[in-house]
Amino acid sequence: MKNIAPKLQSEQYEKNFSDLHPPFTQNSAVTEANRCLYCYDSPCMKACPTHIDISTFIKKISTGNLLGSAKTIYESNWVPLTCAKACPVDVLCEGACVYNDKEEKPIQIGRLQRYAIENYFEKGMPALFHKASKIGKSVGVVGSGPAGLACSAELALMGYEVTIYEANKIPGGLNTWGIAPYKMRREDSLKEVKLVKSFGVDLKTEIMIGKTVKVDDLLNKHDALFLGVGLGESPQLSIPGEELSGVVGALDFIEKVKTENWHDIQVGKRVAVIGAGNTSIDAATEAKRLGADQVYIIYRRSDVEMSAYEFEYELAKRDGIVFHFLTSPKQIIGKGFVEGIECLKMKLGEPDKWGRRKPIPISGSEFTIPVDMVIKAIGQETKSSFLSTISKLTLDEEGCVIVDQTTYQTTNPKIFAGGDCINGGKEVVNAAYDGKRAAHGIDKFLSLPKGGK
Amino acid sequence: MVDLSINCAGIKSPNPFWLASAPPSNSAYQNCKAFEQGWGGTVWKTIGEPVMNVFNRYGGLDYNGQKIFGLNNIELISDRPIEVNLKEIAETKKLWPDRAVVVSLMVESKRETWHEIVKRTIDTGCDGIELNYGCPHGMSERGMGAAVGQVPEYCKMITEWVTEVSTIPVIVKLTPNISNIQLPARAAKAAGANAISLINTINSIIGINLDTFELKPNVGGLGGHGGYAGPAVKPIALHLLSQVAIDPEVNLPISGIGGISNWRDALEFILLGASSVQVCTAVMHYGFRIVNDMIEGMSNWMESKGFTSLDQIRGKSLQRVNDFGNFDLLNRTIARIDQQKCIHCNLCYIACEDAAHQCIDLTPVNGHNKTEVREKDCVGCALCSLVCPVENCISMVRIDDGSASKTWNQLTEEFKRNGKPMTWENLAEFQKKHGIEIH
Repeated sequence: MKNIAPKLQSEQYEKNFSDLHPPFTQNSAVTEANRCLYCYDSPCMKACPTHIDISTFIKKISTGNLLGSAKTIYESNWVPLTCAKACPVDVLCEGACVYNDKEEKPIQIGRLQRYAIENYFEKGMPALFHKASKIGKSVGVVGSGPAGLACSAELALMGYEVTIYEANKIPGGLNTWGIAPYKMRREDSLKEVKLVKSFGVDLKTEIMIGKTVKVDDLLNKHDALFLGVGLGESPQLSIPGEELSGVVGALDFIEKVKTENWHDIQVGKRVAVIGAGNTSIDAATEAKRLGADQVYIIYRRSDVEMSAYEFEYELAKRDGIVFHFLTSPKQIIGKGFVEGIECLKMKLGEPDKWGRRKPIPISGSEFTIPVDMVIKAIGQETKSSFLSTISKLTLDEEGCVIVDQTTYQTTNPKIFAGGDCINGGKEVVNAAYDGKRAAHGIDKFLSLPKGGK
Repeated sequence: MVDLSINCAGIKSPNPFWLASAPPSNSAYQNCKAFEQGWGGTVWKTIGEPVMNVFNRYGGLDYNGQKIFGLNNIELISDRPIEVNLKEIAETKKLWPDRAVVVSLMVESKRETWHEIVKRTIDTGCDGIELNYGCPHGMSERGMGAAVGQVPEYCKMITEWVTEVSTIPVIVKLTPNISNIQLPARAAKAAGANAISLINTINSIIGINLDTFELKPNVGGLGGHGGYAGPAVKPIALHLLSQVAIDPEVNLPISGIGGISNWRDALEFILLGASSVQVCTAVMHYGFRIVNDMIEGMSNWMESKGFTSLDQIRGKSLQRVNDFGNFDLLNRTIARIDQQKCIHCNLCYIACEDAAHQCIDLTPVNGHNKTEVREKDCVGCALCSLVCPVENCISMVRIDDGSASKTWNQLTEEFKRNGKPMTWENLAEFQKKHGIEIH
């Protein structure tokens, strides 16, 4: 990179990446819990993709039954700390809180869940559930992200032998690598992994399925297989200059911010982030918080069509991120390293088949933004090249694994799947739900007279 | 212009708000500070026998995050020498001639002792005397306080000892720890008391510490009953006030006490017949400054209702205090839910379903539940409207036209006239005739 943003003081990094939503004290948690109306058949519970019995766990916080509160949460969700910190609560549980209809502030459900679960870990994870005796069947789980963890926990408690195969050295998937540090630190994700392991789940890291171990070997070894492999790399922009030094993928960048010392991460003085999804916002705000002077988000449609949530957009604006809407990158300019990005102005045309208005280039509208770094954040590719090697698996046209909506069974009866690899990229909480449901699909399948044989 | 001034048995004050005989009225410093902030009067913390307090003496009852919903204490009467108190009372009254200064007394049950303390108290120039027959702890074991208030004969005897020498109004303060509050009230009247005040605190144990198994408040590992006060006791106080206020054998001015925290509470006491109201716990929680809102809020309310003096509203609700046997059994109400206001918390549903008469239906509509009252099954108990968190969302609507009216007393009388015994069958026949179905 030509212009590297100057390094900050350690305290400044800590401040920049401190909790977006700080933890409750005991007193503030109980006060907030007491605000909860304890709705019956509550809208928040329905809005949660894992259907946590929210009003019940909150009621338990108000009485000081924190262990019971954690148990209520875990009955529905095996990665509740990650969900508490990374869920888009404004559009899920808190968005459904009845207080919104009263024109009052909704209950801070995410922070209360965090309070109950952090207390549970502080207490040393006392056993909440009875583990069934071994039933002599084994399941292999590929990937230790939220889907894999949820599936493994559920199966292990039912008495299955569960082995997780994780490609990375450190487990947890996107919970560990893909969430901005001001939302959640890596240690939080690892605590959730530790809990699942405590149920007797065997976790094998640095196992590349398809490379170090073949899928067929796993199918022979286990009675059933669950795929929670997530998605792959950021796709190419396919414009000139993409090979220049200073062009990086959003996930690689975010992973760096989660793994390396903030001091050691090179970030340009001026940064352009391509795309306007939630990952783009994470990358942009992280670049800014690492010391970048100017950070731009470049998006070919307008703020109406962008997939980033409203609260993420607000967060980015508060961080001083500048949005270039209706702007498409034409080429990245530079000699060896990024010096600028040439863009084209767009206008919106007719809606496409998903109802989003299509951007149309305005000819002759080229302009250049001088930047030192380009972060590509236009989504994630599916792992279709790996998935298509698995026998009898069917993928849809986007490259997602097709599963039965109830059992999560793929077209290969012994293989089940859940999480981003079946939906193309949703929230942690959706993956957690898939994994749990799939575990029950697997159990149903293996309980058949000839199940898995 | 609204006039909040009152005259309680000859004791006048510019507004009805008095400090109750309690920790906030312990000293000249406190009483003078209270007067500066607008309090209309004070009942000086009880003076009398030598006492010594324990250190830890209060216990709070918190409810759903609200601190001190109730407060109990094991504090005794003034633990400062009588001479100090009498001197400060005289100084205070001299500084604040327009405020009511009443002095609470409690001494051992000897006629001479009472005569002496009453005379010394009158010498301070104070406006009245309040006899503490209510203190439920510490003093009662020594034959004073509630030990007197619970026995009408003692109550009468001691009150007589006071009234026979007193030249200023005498108020008798009653304990609620008795099954019929009218008996000591009548005894006070018979002994020449000029007014009644009630209630004193209620016997209570505030709670147990679940880690140490100690009582609250804990005094070196021990605890015991104390006097309960604060917002939680208000309904009990209102009831006892009404019982004394409607008793024709008493017929004395009353100073109302018990959980009064604001002007709304105060108005309720006045509507049930109180002349002045006394406040303690709310001051212990927030300080004397609360009187500003009390005066202002009450004045504004009076003005909005078109009243100019408290005499116009005193006892206004007493005529409504009646017995169950005189309530109209055919005054029918049902619940109606305003669907526009409903926020879909479903609390009405679960309350009716589990705790009342199973007459609210829950049906899924557009991703939420619609709650609807099955009117023919609704008994009008109002529980749903009480649990509903949205104001005016569930209203209780009257559905009878008032043409039929029958009280339990009338019904039993009618049955008797017609030679019908009060049986389930005969009652069902009456209900059926009026379209009432209980299931």
